Amino acid sequence: MAAPVSVHLEFGGGAELLFDGVKEHHVTLPSQPEPWGMRQLLVWIQRNLLKERPELFVQGDSVRPGILVLINDADWELMGELDYQLQDQDNVVFISTLHGG
Amino acid sequence: MTTFVFCSYILNYYFYYCGYFVTVIFLLVRFSRLTAMDNEMCSLKRQLEEKEKEIAALRSKLAARVEKASELKIQDKVTTLNPLTAKPSLSNEDIMRYSRQLLLPDLGVQGQLKLSQTSVLVVGCGGLGCPLAQYLAAAGIGRLGLLDYDEVELSNLHRQVLHGEENQGQAKALSAARSVIRLNSGVECIPYHLQLSPENALQLVQQYDIVADCSDNVPTRYLVNDACVLSGKPLVSASALRMEGQLTVYNYHGGPCYRCLYPVPPPPETVTNCSDGGVLGVVPGIMGCLQALEVLKIASGQGTACGQQLLLFDAQNARFRSIRLRPKQPSCVVCGEIPSVTRLVDYEAFCGSAATDKCRKLNLLSKDQRITVQDYKSIRDSTGPHILLDVRPLVEVEICSLPSSLNIPLSSLEEKKSKDIQLLQEKISQVKQQMAGDQQAPVYVVCKLGNDSQKAVQLLEKMSGEEVDGITVKDISGGLMAWAKMIDPSFPRY
Ligand SMILES: [Zn+2]
Repeated sequence: MAAPVSVHLEFGGGAELLFDGVKEHHVTLPSQPEPWGMRQLLVWIQRNLLKERPELFVQGDSVRPGILVLINDADWELMGELDYQLQDQDNVVFISTLHGG
Repeated sequence: MTTFVFCSYILNYYFYYCGYFVTVIFLLVRFSRLTAMDNEMCSLKRQLEEKEKEIAALRSKLAARVEKASELKIQDKVTTLNPLTAKPSLSNEDIMRYSRQLLLPDLGVQGQLKLSQTSVLVVGCGGLGCPLAQYLAAAGIGRLGLLDYDEVELSNLHRQVLHGEENQGQAKALSAARSVIRLNSGVECIPYHLQLSPENALQLVQQYDIVADCSDNVPTRYLVNDACVLSGKPLVSASALRMEGQLTVYNYHGGPCYRCLYPVPPPPETVTNCSDGGVLGVVPGIMGCLQALEVLKIASGQGTACGQQLLLFDAQNARFRSIRLRPKQPSCVVCGEIPSVTRLVDYEAFCGSAATDKCRKLNLLSKDQRITVQDYKSIRDSTGPHILLDVRPLVEVEICSLPSSLNIPLSSLEEKKSKDIQLLQEKISQVKQQMAGDQQAPVYVVCKLGNDSQKAVQLLEKMSGEEVDGITVKDISGGLMAWAKMIDPSFPRY
């Protein structure tokens, strides 16, 4: 069994509007047989934080195009994307790309 | 007696001489005064001559400037430009004008000369493009291409700071160029009043050293990126919405391009523009200034640290955050190892949206599910019982609304918030009581432009028989802005 993991989630660039406008969420992911990865985190967010219109946040098993994921201030592409294994106190940011000028 | 005679004689002479001296002194004083006046006249004459010379110089400068401003020929298509002529050295006027930045070891004379030999294409003369062009011109950039297809509107002025009230209706590119020339007549300005397209983008981008993306829509961002990759130009890109801004430099010194980061465009329904989401004017102002900073560092040879970095600005919390980005992607379709995009494509089709920030017009309903503002005006005049359901967000309702409307935002309807549904149900019962027989209660849905109101009609029809009952729902085509235009000119527009 993997121990519970506390992570700090942030939503920005308008992505917070899918979460009642709340930008910061401190969450504890419960203990489970496998370790917590980004793939499982996305499912958890969909079930526990996101209640309406999931298509605006996820597509397939990843985030929808136009949302950039940052793990501890780095592009998640540098961290293994969906396969990244979450560590206690990780900071995960979901930022919607802006296009206005 | 003799003494008296003698004394009076002496006194006589005394007075006589005194009078003589007084006259002499008087004349002397007069003479010296005349000379002083003469001297003063001469010096005044000299000063006058100098001032006249100065006036003549200023006049010719003003004439040159007016000529330069009237020389500003608005380009409606891309033409071939002469190469920028290299300056061998700075003039005395240059030295004085740029002295405060020449003192910076980071810039210096060489950096300043490089600035004067750099051309920058500014794509979009809006909230980002205005401060960007302003600081580039002030710093002495050589050539500025200012591109915008749009005209100045009153609702632009809170953030697009190069345009004035008197410029409303004018081409933004020309209005921006005129402001820039007034600030620094030494900068060559080329206003382009045209839409950047796959047909003209390459020819345009190839003629500039650095490109700044200040556009306001997704297709243009992909188009500008591809044109920069195909012609090997660095792209300084910023964006802003509501209280947030983002900045990255793409395609610089082997770094990633826009497509490396965003290989697939966002679904059109997830994209919010400034006319929908709003923006605090100073936020694009800050982002445009940061863009100017990166352009100046690249142009002067200092280079940029934003080549593989995303700068996020959160105006609400006054916080900047730098994010380390992925490197250039070997799989990228335009800058990767085996590129499939080797010429510009149809970006509106690729993104599924138009290359403007104007609101799209949805057509979700059939004709008999919609009424015109004129129809609704007659319904209001006939005072027939009905519900006017305004589905705009509260912040917009606070700007303006029609009397006796019921406000339930679209988002609350989507979430089926029980408090709001109950409110609607109560209103339906009230209307039904006012009506004879067992008729259905008419509900007319309104929003700003007539898009959300159509979504609401669809939602309410789905809810019919369950959450709400006994209603006929129609939307008011064109929304409150059509009402303001066609029915009540005193109704505010925003
Ligand atoms: Zn790329």
